[in-house]
Amino acid sequence: MLSRIRRILRPFLGIAFFILLWHLATLGNKRTDVAGPYLTLLGLRDLLLQGVLLKNIVASVFRVAWGFALAALVGIPLGLALGRFAVLNQLFNPPVQILRPISPIAWLPIATLLFGRVRWFDPSDLAAIFLIFLASFFSITTSTASAVANIETKYVRSAQNLGVTGLRFATKVLLPAAMPQILTGLRITLGIAWVVVVAAEMLGVSSGLGFQVNDARNNLRYDIVLAAMVVIGLIGLLLDAAMRSIEKAELTRRGILRAN
Amino acid sequence: MSGPSPVKIRVEGLFKEFRTKKGAVSVLEGVDLEVLTGEFVAIVGPSGCGKSTLLNCIAGFEKTTTGTLLIDGAPVTQPSRKRVFVFQETGIFPWLTVSENVGFGLFDRSAKERDGIVAKNVALVGLEGFEKAYPAELSGGMKQRVEFARALAVESDVLFLDEPFGALDAFTRLEMRREIARIWKATGKTCLLVTHDVEEALELADRVAVMTRRPARIAKVVDVNLSRPRDSDDPAFRALKDGIFDFLGVERRV
Repeated sequence: MLSRIRRILRPFLGIAFFILLWHLATLGNKRTDVAGPYLTLLGLRDLLLQGVLLKNIVASVFRVAWGFALAALVGIPLGLALGRFAVLNQLFNPPVQILRPISPIAWLPIATLLFGRVRWFDPSDLAAIFLIFLASFFSITTSTASAVANIETKYVRSAQNLGVTGLRFATKVLLPAAMPQILTGLRITLGIAWVVVVAAEMLGVSSGLGFQVNDARNNLRYDIVLAAMVVIGLIGLLLDAAMRSIEKAELTRRGILRAN
Repeated sequence: MSGPSPVKIRVEGLFKEFRTKKGAVSVLEGVDLEVLTGEFVAIVGPSGCGKSTLLNCIAGFEKTTTGTLLIDGAPVTQPSRKRVFVFQETGIFPWLTVSENVGFGLFDRSAKERDGIVAKNVALVGLEGFEKAYPAELSGGMKQRVEFARALAVESDVLFLDEPFGALDAFTRLEMRREIARIWKATGKTCLLVTHDVEEALELADRVAVMTRRPARIAKVVDVNLSRPRDSDDPAFRALKDGIFDFLGVERRV
């Protein structure tokens, strides 16, 4: 019982320690300087009172959702094919591996050139979605391909032996066999996408949490800059927790994790 | 048995080489083997003698280098639903339920027909009541039963058993040996078992083929003319076992 309380308390203790360090490092700062925890809390209140926070959160999540979903839709089937067929892998893996280490932010000029004048829900939404797509696509494709390459031979042979081939083989054997590793890849990728969306919104966009950070800086409100950063962190944490619970449910059903 | 059974599997002068960076490594060096229809043949040998590779070749999973390999008189080029492989650590799919696993090879049948065949084979292996369970909820022996049911459901006429009881505990292994003996008797399938357990081979098979490591070929075939169910304490059983151990040059006492 006591050890359980300790286990629950420790993360809070860690956060409290971090806030204390933050407080000490910013002692005596005004809100035009790097704000301390108390000023940040007040900044968060102001941010909420401004009434644009929710709109900016929705804008960022919306861009990530579209870019990430499109990347999964294209990247998972492509990854399955690359992992399964050596010829395709030899042909298409090199370009994927060369494009992958290019920061999606470097694509920004091209993205605005291509999509800058397209108006959808918000001008330049498409450019940001394009960047999220790029950030997610290479990562999802690569992790899916390696998931497929690691499938146990006996599953592939069982399917062959029972005459299951083609699309049926891909959807009924390849995809489910690779699913645990694909889900881990998706979770890590979603984390990358969330990092990238904020960076992408720093330039040429007028909504989103990245814009919020920039806007607050332009008004010399560093308390709001920090408040927005805290919001970004908390939403990232929520996205990760959501992906983790999907992953856990799948692994439990498969008996890889024990149900409790 | 009435009259001679036709030959089901014929292997003659089979060679298999694996190419590695250091050159070709030969794994099978002139294997000869004949299995009759409905016969239960076991291949025993020390680990690394190539017996699993031989089974993988006969099942069509691996290409042979040279030699003859015929099933029902036709060369084996790829795996077939007529000849199903039972894997060492169960090859059933953990993402499907028991019935979905058993019916997996029946995708070209109508739903009604499939349900009937699945129910029949689930009953045959004694898993009624577990149709909706996932493999993770089953014991090792039960998973093995699911795999047998899946292999039988496609109306295969040959079963390849690659150390199917290797991952089970000693008690379950004994139970599953009785189970496979019963299934073999009830269905009349041709069975080819690979094992390193001489006792297991003698308990189950009509004939035991003994494989050696160098050269990697079948060096001796032992007829097991013992009545079933078999008793490993029977002197005749022990004599056969001692004969195989002596042939392989294995010291029996610990």
